[in-house]
Amino acid sequence: MRYVDEFRDGQLAAGIAAAMAREALPGRQYHFMEFCGGHTHAISRYGLTELLPATVRMIHGPGCPVCVLPIGRVDVAVRLALEKPVTLCTYGDALRVPGSGGMSLLRAKARGADVKMIYSAADALALARADPAREVVFLALGFETTTPATAVVIREAAAAGIGNFSVLCNHVLTPPAMAAILESPTSPPPVDVQRPAGAPPPVLDGFVGPAHVSTVIGTRPYEFVATRHGKPVVIAGFEPLDLLQAVLMLMRQVNTNRAEVENEFVRAVGREGNLKAQALMREIFEVRDSFEWRGLGEIPASALRIRAHYRQYDAEARYATAYRPVPDNKACECGEILRGAKAPQDCAIFGTLCTPDNPIGACMVSSEGACAAHYTYGRFKDITVVSA
Amino acid sequence: MSKAVKPGYVRPLDLRHGRIEMIHGSGGRAMAQLVNELFVAAFDNDILRQLNDQACFTLSPGRVVMATDSHVVSPLFFPGGDIGCLSVHGTINDLAMSGARPIYLAASFILEEGLALAELKRVVDSMARASREAGVPIVTGDTKVVERGKGDGIFITTTGVGVVPDGIDISGAHARPGDSILVSGTIGDHGVAVMSMRENLGFQTEIASDTAALHELVAHMLAAVPGIHAMRDPTRGGLATTLNEIATQSGVGMLLEESRIPIAPQVEAACEFLGLDPLYVANEGKLIAICPADKAAPLLDAMRAHPLGAAAALIGQVTEDRNCFVQMRTRLGGRRIVDWLTGEQLPRIC
Repeated sequence: MRYVDEFRDGQLAAGIAAAMAREALPGRQYHFMEFCGGHTHAISRYGLTELLPATVRMIHGPGCPVCVLPIGRVDVAVRLALEKPVTLCTYGDALRVPGSGGMSLLRAKARGADVKMIYSAADALALARADPAREVVFLALGFETTTPATAVVIREAAAAGIGNFSVLCNHVLTPPAMAAILESPTSPPPVDVQRPAGAPPPVLDGFVGPAHVSTVIGTRPYEFVATRHGKPVVIAGFEPLDLLQAVLMLMRQVNTNRAEVENEFVRAVGREGNLKAQALMREIFEVRDSFEWRGLGEIPASALRIRAHYRQYDAEARYATAYRPVPDNKACECGEILRGAKAPQDCAIFGTLCTPDNPIGACMVSSEGACAAHYTYGRFKDITVVSA
Repeated sequence: MSKAVKPGYVRPLDLRHGRIEMIHGSGGRAMAQLVNELFVAAFDNDILRQLNDQACFTLSPGRVVMATDSHVVSPLFFPGGDIGCLSVHGTINDLAMSGARPIYLAASFILEEGLALAELKRVVDSMARASREAGVPIVTGDTKVVERGKGDGIFITTTGVGVVPDGIDISGAHARPGDSILVSGTIGDHGVAVMSMRENLGFQTEIASDTAALHELVAHMLAAVPGIHAMRDPTRGGLATTLNEIATQSGVGMLLEESRIPIAPQVEAACEFLGLDPLYVANEGKLIAICPADKAAPLLDAMRAHPLGAAAALIGQVTEDRNCFVQMRTRLGGRRIVDWLTGEQLPRIC
């Protein structure tokens, strides 16, 4: 596959791995967080941790859009689908997220709700156009990557006067979540199990910054991480070589005591981002005062809602949905895991009660979730294989 | 002497504009007409022509194998095939994976009221062609009709019997540490071909389904290497799920080499933008064979000498692992689990 295989070249990967091994400072531990679920998925799918020096530990961040969707929001969608005469459509992964009582949109579908999987926001609007007698609700979620597409269909629906279409908006913002992690009392993460008792927890040394999100918002919004918090950020693409290169760049910043926003993903990301997409987002959406993130709790100014001018297309207004926050299962460590304070295998129900086939916590739902990625691709590392 | 009673005039089936109605399943004249003019006419053979409710035949000596497979594919027609030939190939392949020579098939149809007879005829003709090409006749069958909205056009269940030649002992439980794992060609073609036809996925591809009957390839392989340990066709759940089944059944692990797994570039590209993993995408004309390592080279040669195994490859080996993990050395040089498919393969958001 041209333009993709080049970024998955095993020989180049070995070269970067050798550079990392050479440049790792003796006795120095490095703790980096990859914010994005896409990066978590790539690390697991390509087995990248084996290429990193033993002193480099990757902490899986909260950048998986379906993982951070709180139970209360899933409940709103499930209730809409079950109780109102609507077709509810959303992206594939989101269908499986468990809400209250383990009820997901897939399970609601099995109970008679009209739930459809779509591949793009445009498909949702197409469903509404195809059947004007049917109310179509699009459960929109995701970071700044998917937000412009939702904005486009709302504007199109308004321009064409389509009356049977609305959007249940759960779009969230990346920079406030990074700020919340940096300001959280449990940060820096005590994830290093080899740490002697009583020793101070290791410091989070920097971020691998989002790929697709950054194509939209640019690199400027991350500058506070470097200037205010003194942490390096390297924006990286989702291909395995992108990631390895970004980790090497982070190590070099740490080794030279720099804290800058660097951009490995120059083929797609600039400092200002996609101004047209940003303008469109501002036209359709405004920032909510606060929004609940699964595992991270309420984060101020961290999500979007549809502006009053487009109220007709706002499913929250149209169906007067009531939001009730619902706490996670008590045994579930998703919150700690999403903040990087614990690793998946530290959770008592990981791989026992909570598996990808029967997810209890959000991190187990999507293959981008920290727990599902570890379960699906990496759990052989937790088990000492004993020859019979 | 009484005069012969004049037979009532029967209007022939309107195969151009007609549709399936509830009376086609009611057991009366309309059903008899459908069976005779469509099914018996297409599948025609000595046993079926007797029009009994069962097929009666004698099998050659040896172990008898039986398999059944239901087909509910949507859409009914896709690049490279349709539900008809798929239903014939599916059961033939299930029989063949035991090393058996498939002998006879039975076919059972659940038809939805309103189905165009022209579509049904297309499917039935395709089945007849597939069964003739494979040399495995359809000797008995059944038809039911369900109300509109209670089916999806056509569901077909086929059942087959076959006979395993002496000296062949193949089972998913026979993989042993050290064995070699071979696959007969590129993976994921069928699943991507079907997905490309789904209405909400507006993409075009030249990929055709690989649907094919594999019994002749199997006979060819067994002639070269009678001691094959395990064989299976990686249909739903793809290569990954099938290897996990065998690993669990045999109580072994596996280690695959990602760079050796044959995947057509178009399939890889389609999976890339749909967010799917080709290891989990369905195949309908491929098989996995597991054999002792010293037999891998002659087996691979035999597979490549057959048109259905031309792109065969050695993709890994069986390991000792009581956790039965299927692992893979990635192209990047890392290692990861290739796990069972979880739920349906759903695309990732971003």
